[in-house]
Amino acid sequence: MNNEQPLLDVRNLWIKAQDQFILNGLDLQIRPGEVHAIMGPNGSGKSTLVQSLAGHPGYTIEKGEISFDGEDLLTLTPEERARRGLFLAFQYPVEISGLGNGYFLKAAVNAVREARGQIPYDAVEFLKAFRELAPLVGLGQDFLERGVNAGFSGGEKKRNEILQMLLLEPRLALLDETDSGLDVDALKLVARGVNATRSKDRSIVLVTHYQRLLDYIDPDVVHVLIKGRIVRSGTRELAHEIERGGYEPLLATMA
Amino acid sequence: MNTSTDELTPLLQRGYEAGFVTDIETDQSPPGLSEEVITRLSETKKEPRYLLDWRLQAYRAWIGMQEPHWSIATYPPIDYQAISYYAAPRSVDPKRPKSLDEVDPRLLETYRKLGVPLHEQAALAGVAMDAVFDSVSVATTFRETLKKAGVIFCPFSEAAIEYPELVHQYLGSVVPFRDNFFAALNSAVFSDGSFVYVPPGVRCPMELSTYFRINAAKTGQFERTLIIADRGSYVSYLEGCTAPMRDENQLHAAVVELVALEGAEIRYATVQNWYPGDEEGRGGIYNFVTKRGDCRGARSKISWTQVETGSAITWKYPSCILRGDESIGEFYSVALARHRQQADTGTKMIHMGRRTRSVVISKGISAGHGRNAYRGMVRMAPTALHAHNYTRCDSLLIGPHSQAYTIPVLEVRHPSARIEHEATTSKIADDQIFYCRQRGLDEETAVHLLVNGFCREVFQKLPLEFAVEAQKLIAVSLEGAVG
Repeated sequence: MNNEQPLLDVRNLWIKAQDQFILNGLDLQIRPGEVHAIMGPNGSGKSTLVQSLAGHPGYTIEKGEISFDGEDLLTLTPEERARRGLFLAFQYPVEISGLGNGYFLKAAVNAVREARGQIPYDAVEFLKAFRELAPLVGLGQDFLERGVNAGFSGGEKKRNEILQMLLLEPRLALLDETDSGLDVDALKLVARGVNATRSKDRSIVLVTHYQRLLDYIDPDVVHVLIKGRIVRSGTRELAHEIERGGYEPLLATMA
Repeated sequence: MNTSTDELTPLLQRGYEAGFVTDIETDQSPPGLSEEVITRLSETKKEPRYLLDWRLQAYRAWIGMQEPHWSIATYPPIDYQAISYYAAPRSVDPKRPKSLDEVDPRLLETYRKLGVPLHEQAALAGVAMDAVFDSVSVATTFRETLKKAGVIFCPFSEAAIEYPELVHQYLGSVVPFRDNFFAALNSAVFSDGSFVYVPPGVRCPMELSTYFRINAAKTGQFERTLIIADRGSYVSYLEGCTAPMRDENQLHAAVVELVALEGAEIRYATVQNWYPGDEEGRGGIYNFVTKRGDCRGARSKISWTQVETGSAITWKYPSCILRGDESIGEFYSVALARHRQQADTGTKMIHMGRRTRSVVISKGISAGHGRNAYRGMVRMAPTALHAHNYTRCDSLLIGPHSQAYTIPVLEVRHPSARIEHEATTSKIADDQIFYCRQRGLDEETAVHLLVNGFCREVFQKLPLEFAVEAQKLIAVSLEGAVG
């Protein structure tokens, strides 16, 4: 734990989707460089949390405050959030056939670079950055020619998300069940990508069902999210506890 | 914040950049059509007798024909007697040959503003241009360069006088004047257009291009283009079209005929940006066009590529008659309909020769209240042994009020023929846009990327400079598509 100002500060967040409350007064503080794991049973609100942070239009914020680097996140459009360094690795990355991966990645990287006052990459510089980072997640150059996620296997889609994270150099990366549906080799590649991006300026949120991912990525804090609230926070040991006993004992303490 | 594509505001806002009027004195025939009007037109152009006779035959055929109404387009009746069939800037001498120095500077300025400078040093490298303004050609560039290669590239009216044998032999040989109502009308009153002849074995050293500009009000444009690629030759041709913004509709009824002899190849590309009308559907061009290519010789190839963003109504089916054995026909199309635009477009691939092949790739984009139909026919004649067609029609819908139709007709008369047909209809999905925005791209850029991805296969078929233009045109046309 450090005593810096939180990069992300969520206070008393209430969120509705389709007339139902999904988050019920959630609080969360993440400081620069920290890695937080958020665990919880299905339907507890994990995906809602990270998607709302990214500005997904399908959710209504009923109450609460979110500040990101001291700025009111709720007033920003999804692209403004992205340009300020908030990245979401999607649980289900969409397919966009016809649009080349290379073209898409370069456009995204340059949109973010320009917003940061950096000079946009030309084709050569982009290719150089790609060649440096792609092998970390086991992707080759042929991947640039393919449509965005079009016809990708589940593992390739997830690795593509991590590659985009590496290229975009976010300040806060939200990984929404990036481990789900991966075999152990793919999981290791993803973990390698995430570990490569850890730094004192970069915070990471891992949303996961399983302790397994945490064998490869060591979190600073583990939270348990149940029924739209964080019911417990702790160290890695908490993840092991859940692995052994499930969420039932925690549900019991809520009553 | 509203980012739902279900609640798209209509895609308008943006002006039509080519919508200006050139202030120039025009000689315009009084409205109305008769044998007398046609005879006078032919005299003005000093045409040989055979051409006048042909026009009059076409006119007599046209009188007995009915305007077709089978397309998806609906529009009020057209009064053919209210249209002026000939308009020409007074400063253009019908007897020219002219050099660029003699061309009225106001005309040169018009083309410069449209992004197609005619002065050779300023022109696109490697592109020869014929500039047609209302009913006449005002300039043709790089004629000397082409002449050295033996290629004839000149206004149609000049060809009718200078190369009467070629014109007489090929005119109407692909699209006879009895073909359809609008082709008959065109045959009777056509004014100018481009003529191309590429001699045997010659690879045309430049891209050829014609820029059609309607300027005068209450006129129609009825140009005629004839391209002949002799044995083993190659030519690539591109046309562009624009018109001023006006509240009334103007008729554009063109005919294009392509003839590819043995082993010849013609690539014909169109970037059509006629004024589409305003958001309420007021004004705009009726683009009723007959385009057909005849692969007359064995192993010949004709390839149509079109990007159709303009016109209030498009009625157009660039087709190939695959007569020669092993000949190849291709059709690549992007058609965009927004506001109240109606596009009914597609192709016919008529397989007659053995082992003939054709490919049809059609991409329809509908936005606002736009309506877009792919209408296509593939016919395998009893002689078409082992012929093959591949067709793919993709429709993209933007917003809740747009419409897309796919109307394919397949006729197979030989058991060895193979036809593959695929069709898809998709919407730009909210989650695709959100994905792009999460990566830092704004909504408009996201839509452009998605639409360009959708059109990519067709844009790849355009000459490079024009592919870039086409992308920009689609981007401008879709500005404000989401909001």
